[in-house]
Amino acid sequence: MYHTKSVTELSAMLQAGEVSSVELTRYFLDRIKNSDEKLNSFITVCEEQALAQAKECDERLKAGNAPALTGVPVAHKDIFCTDGVKTSCASKMLDNFISPYDATVVTNMRAAGVVMLGKTNMDEFAMGSSNETSYYGAVKNPWNLKAVPGGSSGGSAAAVAARLAPAATGTDTGGSIRQPAAFCGITGIKPTYGRVSRFGMIAFASSLDQAGPMGQSASDCALLLNAMAGFDEKDSTSIEKAVPDYSADLDKPLDGLRIGLPKEYFAHAEGGMNAEVEAIIKTALDQYKAMGAELVEIELPNSALSVPVYYVVAPAECSTNLSRFDGVRYGYRCEDPKDLNDLYTRSRGEAFGEEVQRRIMVGTYALSSGYYDAYYLKAQQLRQLISDDFKNAYEKVDVIMAPATPETAFNIGEKSDDPISMYLSDIYTIAVNLAGIPAMSIPVGFSDGMPVGMQIIGNHFEEARLLNVAHKYQQQTDWHTTLPEEFK
Amino acid sequence: MSIEVDEVKKIAKLACLNVDDADIQSYATNLSNILDLVAQMDAVDTTGVTPMSHPFDVVQRLREDVVTDLDRREDFQAIAPAVEDGLYLVPKVLE
Repeated sequence: MYHTKSVTELSAMLQAGEVSSVELTRYFLDRIKNSDEKLNSFITVCEEQALAQAKECDERLKAGNAPALTGVPVAHKDIFCTDGVKTSCASKMLDNFISPYDATVVTNMRAAGVVMLGKTNMDEFAMGSSNETSYYGAVKNPWNLKAVPGGSSGGSAAAVAARLAPAATGTDTGGSIRQPAAFCGITGIKPTYGRVSRFGMIAFASSLDQAGPMGQSASDCALLLNAMAGFDEKDSTSIEKAVPDYSADLDKPLDGLRIGLPKEYFAHAEGGMNAEVEAIIKTALDQYKAMGAELVEIELPNSALSVPVYYVVAPAECSTNLSRFDGVRYGYRCEDPKDLNDLYTRSRGEAFGEEVQRRIMVGTYALSSGYYDAYYLKAQQLRQLISDDFKNAYEKVDVIMAPATPETAFNIGEKSDDPISMYLSDIYTIAVNLAGIPAMSIPVGFSDGMPVGMQIIGNHFEEARLLNVAHKYQQQTDWHTTLPEEFK
Repeated sequence: MSIEVDEVKKIAKLACLNVDDADIQSYATNLSNILDLVAQMDAVDTTGVTPMSHPFDVVQRLREDVVTDLDRREDFQAIAPAVEDGLYLVPKVLE
């Protein structure tokens, strides 16, 4: 039925009047109602608003000239502020927060005609790689309900993989779109830093955060990114640069494409890629070769430092950003505070989860008097070197391919007591955020029944090229249209 | 790098976090492990490297100093934990 259709197909059906937005929206709301108990992928389902929006969309479709996505139901990660709808960021701190405004991503997508089905589950304040830090409980992976969906955009990934929503939005600070996309067998793209507005997206690490689409295919992601991207004067780091039509070059042939393979990522190091994942990635690379691409070994000598650098920069910025949650203006307030300091410290101590508190403390320490040079300054210097590595690589190659994760989805509870091993699950995705470049993850096979994702990394503003490279592969393979047994 | 219990208490105070005594030891252990991970940064000499402040060579965009937002005080006060007469209420600061 409708859940086996891509956004591209659904949009064509809506435009042709073969289905109404109300019918489609009801269909997906029913799917959520019937199946989400197994997954816990939604925090809030917006039945009433969604149906009202769908009705409006049907009128726009009837009137003609409705934009391409008009009437397509989509889910938003609960990090995006949505006017009049609870925006929790999966934290007890914002459990009672009804946002008084929309994030620019939400506004843009609404203008493009998208219907909002609801808000998806995530790691608390996007801090996590397994969706286990959510105040609303862990999300399950549709391919194996004992496994994590990845994080932090785990709810969006699980919902799309199980086709409870045709597509969803996500955010990526250190891999939070690409790692869950890989674990759940869907396609997700993290655009260039500044390409999509951060206004109304609850901030975690401002110099790394970037929003992007999570969907069934590269062609769907292209359509969604067309709606999401663009300059926004409400975001001081938004880039004033015209947005190309990301769907225009999807079919461009790949003859002569130079694909860089970072030798550090393919080295057989401890904690590196597992053998089966590596074999699957190599098969995908062979397919690219058959399509006319050339494989070139490259070096990213400073990539091993990405994780340490990230765990200075991200916590430092998080400790600053999360200082706004004070129990005074919105969000959680403790009972009977005895003085102002008690109000601050108890509200924050009671409402932030353990991982969030840990990162606030690491960041506070790194930024505290006397430590700035040794931590934040040093990290920003190394960040420059990591960024330069990519710059040098792109003089020799057009895109870089790499695993998205060292292994397939791990089990719930497997890493939750060991922050370091959790952090290392993002070892291949973090460098991209530090350099501010775009990257995506596409499904390239299964290992023991669990999806394997491959990363395609591009130079600044090369989103169209990445989507083209991914689309050509997806035209020859059906990994991206394979559904988990329980959600067929 | 090892972080002691007293240091965790100091950091928590700076971060305005009320941490239960029972949890302090586990924070101390985890923070020490994280700082050990971070210490790998010291392996590379970064003398003379300009710290990265932005992925691109851009200057901070500025705008005219004009009113751009509407007055929405009532909407914002409606979601606050405690308000009165348009003010946010907190425990008494002065006796």
